[in-house]
Amino acid sequence: MNISIKNGRLIDPKNGIDTRQDLFIADGRIAAVGQAPAGFVPEREIDAAGYVVCPGLIDLSARLPSLEAELACAAANGITTVVCPPDTRPVLDEPSLVERLIQRAEALGLARVLPLGALTKGLQGQTLASMAGLASAGCVAFSQASQPVTDLQSLYRAMQYAATYDFAVWLRPQDYQLAKDGVAHDGEMAARLGLAGIPVAAETVAIATLIELAKSTGVRLHLMRLSSAAGVAMVREAKARGVAVSCDVAAHHLHLAEEDIGYFNAQARFDPPLRSVADRAALRFGLAEGVIQAVCSDHTPMEADGKQVPFGEAEVGARGLELLLPLVLAWAREDGLSLGTALARVTSDAAAVIGRSDLGHLAVGAVADVCVFDAETEWTITPDAFTSVGRNSPLAGRTMSGRIQAVVAGGRLL
Amino acid sequence: MAEMLTQSRLNPQLDAEGKLQHLLSTEGLPLPVITQILDTAESFLEVSDRDVKKVPLLRGKSVFNLFFENSTRTRTTFEIAAKRLSADVINLDVSRSSTAKGETLLDTIDNLCSMHADMFVVRHATSGAPFLIAEHLKRIGRDDIHVVNAGDGRHAHPTQGLLDMYTIRHYKKDFANLRVAIVGDILHSRVARSDLHALRTLGCGEIRAIAPKTLLPGYLEQLGVKVFHDMNEGLRDCDVVIMLRLQNERMNGALLPSAGEYFKRYGLTPEKLALAKPDAIVMHPGPMNRGVEIDSSVADGPQAVILNQVTFGIAVRMAVMGILAGN
Repeated sequence: MNISIKNGRLIDPKNGIDTRQDLFIADGRIAAVGQAPAGFVPEREIDAAGYVVCPGLIDLSARLPSLEAELACAAANGITTVVCPPDTRPVLDEPSLVERLIQRAEALGLARVLPLGALTKGLQGQTLASMAGLASAGCVAFSQASQPVTDLQSLYRAMQYAATYDFAVWLRPQDYQLAKDGVAHDGEMAARLGLAGIPVAAETVAIATLIELAKSTGVRLHLMRLSSAAGVAMVREAKARGVAVSCDVAAHHLHLAEEDIGYFNAQARFDPPLRSVADRAALRFGLAEGVIQAVCSDHTPMEADGKQVPFGEAEVGARGLELLLPLVLAWAREDGLSLGTALARVTSDAAAVIGRSDLGHLAVGAVADVCVFDAETEWTITPDAFTSVGRNSPLAGRTMSGRIQAVVAGGRLL
Repeated sequence: MAEMLTQSRLNPQLDAEGKLQHLLSTEGLPLPVITQILDTAESFLEVSDRDVKKVPLLRGKSVFNLFFENSTRTRTTFEIAAKRLSADVINLDVSRSSTAKGETLLDTIDNLCSMHADMFVVRHATSGAPFLIAEHLKRIGRDDIHVVNAGDGRHAHPTQGLLDMYTIRHYKKDFANLRVAIVGDILHSRVARSDLHALRTLGCGEIRAIAPKTLLPGYLEQLGVKVFHDMNEGLRDCDVVIMLRLQNERMNGALLPSAGEYFKRYGLTPEKLALAKPDAIVMHPGPMNRGVEIDSSVADGPQAVILNQVTFGIAVRMAVMGILAGN
C-alpha cells in the first residue's frame, strides 16, 4: 500500500531529523522523505498537521498473556515492535514454540513480536536451551527473564555458548540471594512500613558479576531494568573501560519512587523495586546521557486479584503498553530534553540493542513502522479505560500528554 | 510529574474531619488523638477495679477478633477490653479456618461484613494487611465498620505502642525531658515502630535504639532515632528502657550466633541497668525470654513495670474501642 504522511513534524532521531517534512511509504518500506518519488500515487493520505511523525516505538519488554489483545493494545499505542521475555507458559525454550508465536503474531498483522529465547531449559538455570535452534526460529537474544541462574558456573558456560554464535544475553542484574524475601527498596520507606528490604547491593553485586563474566566470555551483555544510582554508575564506568554492555530501564521507574508506596499501595510493588528519589534522578540522568540506551514498558498485565492482597503478597509490575510514549514524553518535558533525544530511547537506540538496523528509523529503505501522535493534548490516566486484561496501574489519575493519531506497521496503516 | 505523588499522603485512619476512624498505626496519629486515648484510658482504669467491671459503651455492638496469626494473649486482652465495654465479642480463628481453605483475605472480610460487624480487631502476619482491609471497607461503602490493628507483620502494633506511652506517662509525666532506649530486635519489631512514632509525636527528648546491625533497619536516623551498638553506652542516663522480645528463630541463625552471646551483649542485667538513671523504669511487651534479653532479677525487680503494662493495656484498648465506636 502506498501511504503518504504529510505536514507533520518529522522526528527521526537516528538520522538527526526534526523538521516539517512529508513521508512516503511503499511496499512496506520508507520510499522517500520530503519529496514524493516519481510517479508515487498514494492510496492513503494522512494529514499530520500539528502532530509528530516518528518511527514506530520498540518496546524491549512486554509480557503478552493474551497475544491478540496485547498486540492490539501495543499497536494502538504506537508500539510496532515488542520484545517478549521467555517466561511465557510454556517457557520459550523450544524452537517450535517460538515459530508458532511469531506466526501467530504475523497473522494478526498488528505489532511485530521479537521473542527472547530461554537461556536455560525451563529457565531452571541448569541445562542450556537450544540457542542456535531458537535463534533460527527468530529469537533476538537469550534471557532468564526474572529467574536467576544460581550456579555461576552454569551461567559462565551459558555465556560462553552464546558468545560462540555471537548471541546477546539479556539478564536482570539482581542477586537472588540478597533480594530473597525482599518486597521493597531497603530504604526509609521499608524501615517505616516494616517491609523486608531489597538492598541496592543486590543490584551492584549482580552487575559486577555479570560484567566480569561478560568480559571473560566475550558475550554481548544487556542488563535489563536498572534501578539504582550505584548501578548506573557501574555501567557508566564499565562502558568507559570498553566493555560491550548495554542496559535499559522501565518507564515507571523514571516517574515513581519508594515513597509512592504510601500506605502499602500494592500497585507500587515492582521488580526491581522502586528506589529512592535520588536513584530515580540518576536513572533519568543516565538515560539522558545514553549510559542507559532504552526505556521499556515492562508491561505486566494481571487480574485484579494480583494486587488485592497485602503489599508483600502482591504480584509485581504494572500495565505499561498504554503509557510507554506518554511516560517518555513526560520525562523529556520535565527534564528539558529534546523530543528527538527522548524518542531515540524507544526507537533507534532500542533497535541498536536488538541489533536491527532496519528498524527504529525513517531513512529510505527502512521498514515502514511509523507513529503519528499529538504531543500536546492532555488526558488523564483511567485504568478502567484500558482495553486489555488487567487494570493494574499505580499512575491512575495522573495527567499525561501524547495521543496516538495513526500507526503504520510494516507498511500497513492500522 | 516526578514530584506528583500518586499515593495520597493523607492518613487513612482519620476521617475527613480528622477524627479517628480506624486505629492502624501510631504514625501520623495527631497529638490530640493520642492524648484523648491516654486520658480516656485513665478513666477506664478505675472500671477494672470495680465489683461490676462493665460500662455500657459498646452495648449491642459486635467486635470481631480476626487473628490471621495466632496470639492468645493479645486476643484475650482485646476480648476483655471489649467485654468490659459490654460488646458482643466473636473470636474467629481465621488462621486455621477460611484461609486454609483458600479464601482470600478480602473475601473473608466481605463475609464478615454481612454478619453485621461493628469492629474488626485484626492481627496478620503481613505488614499492611489492616490498611488493605480499611481501604476495602471504604471501597464497598462499609466504612461504618472500624478496624483496629492488633499487629501486622513487622509494621505496627499501635495499641501496644499506646499502652507503652500510657505506662511512660504514668511514671514519668513529661516526655520532653525523657531519654528512652529501645533494646533488641528492632528490625522485626512492630512494637518498636509503634513506640518510636508515638514517642516522636509526644515530643520525647531522645529516642535511642540499641542492637547489633543485623537487628536494625536502615534509615532509623531519618525517623529521629539515635543508634547505639554498645548497650553500656546506649543505656547511660536513660529514664525508660524498653526491652524487645527476641524470637526463637532469630537466635541461632545468620542474624545472631547464639542466645548466649546475645545475652552477654544485649541482655538487661542489674549491672547494665545501673548505668541508666536510678529511677529508670524497665518495660517489655511480653512474653519475656528470661536469660535471653532480660535477667530474671531485673524482670522481677523494683524497676520493672512489665505487669502494670498489661493492666494498662486493657484500659488503653477499652479507650481505643470506645473512642472509635463514638466517632
